[in-house]
Amino acid sequence: MSTDATPLLEARNLTRRFGGYAAVSAMNLRIERGTIHALIGPNGAGKTTMFNLITGVLPPSEGQILIDGVDVSGSRPDRIARRGVVRTFQGVRLFPTMTALENVEVGRFCRTRGGFLAALARIPGVATGTEAATRKRAEELLERVGLSKQRDMLAGELALADQRRLEIARALAADPKLLLLDEPVAGMNPVEVHEAGALFQALCREGTTILITEHHMSLVMAISDRITVMNYGRKIAEGSPDQVKRDPEVLTAYLGTEAAA
Amino acid sequence: MLDPYTESVLIFTGINIVLALGLYLPVSAGLLSLGQGGFMAIGAYTAAYLTTELQWPFVVALLCGGAMAGLVGLVVGLPSLRIKGVYLVIMTLGFGEIVRVFFLNFEPTGAASGLGGIPTNTTLPVVAIAVVLTLLVCFQIRGSRIGRAIEAVREDELAAEVIGINLTYVKVAVFGLGAAIAGIGGGLYAHYATFIDPAQFGFQRSAEIFIMVVLGGMGNFAGAALGAIVVTILPELLRLGNVQEWRMTVFGALLVAIMIVRPWGLLGVRR
Repeated sequence: MSTDATPLLEARNLTRRFGGYAAVSAMNLRIERGTIHALIGPNGAGKTTMFNLITGVLPPSEGQILIDGVDVSGSRPDRIARRGVVRTFQGVRLFPTMTALENVEVGRFCRTRGGFLAALARIPGVATGTEAATRKRAEELLERVGLSKQRDMLAGELALADQRRLEIARALAADPKLLLLDEPVAGMNPVEVHEAGALFQALCREGTTILITEHHMSLVMAISDRITVMNYGRKIAEGSPDQVKRDPEVLTAYLGTEAAA
Repeated sequence: MLDPYTESVLIFTGINIVLALGLYLPVSAGLLSLGQGGFMAIGAYTAAYLTTELQWPFVVALLCGGAMAGLVGLVVGLPSLRIKGVYLVIMTLGFGEIVRVFFLNFEPTGAASGLGGIPTNTTLPVVAIAVVLTLLVCFQIRGSRIGRAIEAVREDELAAEVIGINLTYVKVAVFGLGAAIAGIGGGLYAHYATFIDPAQFGFQRSAEIFIMVVLGGMGNFAGAALGAIVVTILPELLRLGNVQEWRMTVFGALLVAIMIVRPWGLLGVRR
């Protein structure tokens, strides 16, 4: 099924209505492997709804979502995560009373095995091979996002920027093929934004494809290979950062008609 | 040897620890249940019927009682996927009443007149073994892969689901396991009380188990066990004074005081 010609993720005619209001309508989207793809648009354009549709949090009203050419429309979020599409949230959703390390360890859930019986069969107090491996991987990921020192702090006590980093580490723990980042640098200072951008580019080089929504335009323009612009639930433009920047419809959507004229 | 009174208090303490841990498990995944008395009844009646009417060995009957309660728990756990928080509490409360009324009308186990002549198999060593095994189950689950998933589901269901945790599996399994432990607690109770009737497993019982877990601290199995100890032994200690008739009033006042001073429970984590 999946050849290099098949996009990693494809949305076909994707539509989501809430009552009579279409938050997303007839969206087509192709995300190619090894790219950073940005989804931008004014507030309320339907970006987060797109994320919810892609990750199975909301079922689509119409249309299909294909991961590696396999139709996953209407699948449960955990199935989609197993297929390698994992997200972060705009508002950051960690497990606040668990430590940073535990948060990342939970992220390994869908890549490890062992239910209740495996838990009961352990020698009390001794970590099994899988558990040791889970911990090691979680420690590596914390190191990767720069949170090694905070590993035993409760997630809810971390600073906002650190919470965002932790959420990314947790998502990475699930070995995503496609990482969806919903406004990952909101509330970060310029230095932190720069670091985050470098991290996203490094992850992409290592083979994780990224779909990002973000209002921080200079970051989006700097790191994206391709940009899709949405407004009122529809795609209004798509292309490289340079193409999008010059698109008259995009300028209208962002700045109003006066400026575009 | 212990005098019979002390022994009986210890046995009840042990049974209550088992029951409290049976509620702790679903609570650790954020599922509150006020129907544990119902699962206890299923375990008690099943085990008692097997030993009394069919002369099955006690341990086998006890495990069958647990299995029966666990199976029912799996079914009752299914709606917990959609019903949350206080609504789930009401649903489980309704379930507990259904079980009580079922046994009130179920002729093979004596209906309203109850089931008597149950052998006294629940001795202090038996209860001690049951307590240790139940504590071991909780200890082993905590910190395991599945234990972390349970915690994650309690903390944030949506976040847990999008990183690949199957909510259905975690919630239903943990509810069923908690029900099975409550069923074993019920079997132990039946083989100590030697006579059971539906009134012993009503709302009062479910609420008592609920109090133990809340009092001890909801995020911690040691807390649940401590809560069971306090709720069982405190009213007995109050017998020592000369305020017999005010005993339960004082007990209630102490519970209120504990919850004011430590609203997160005796061993709970402050949130």
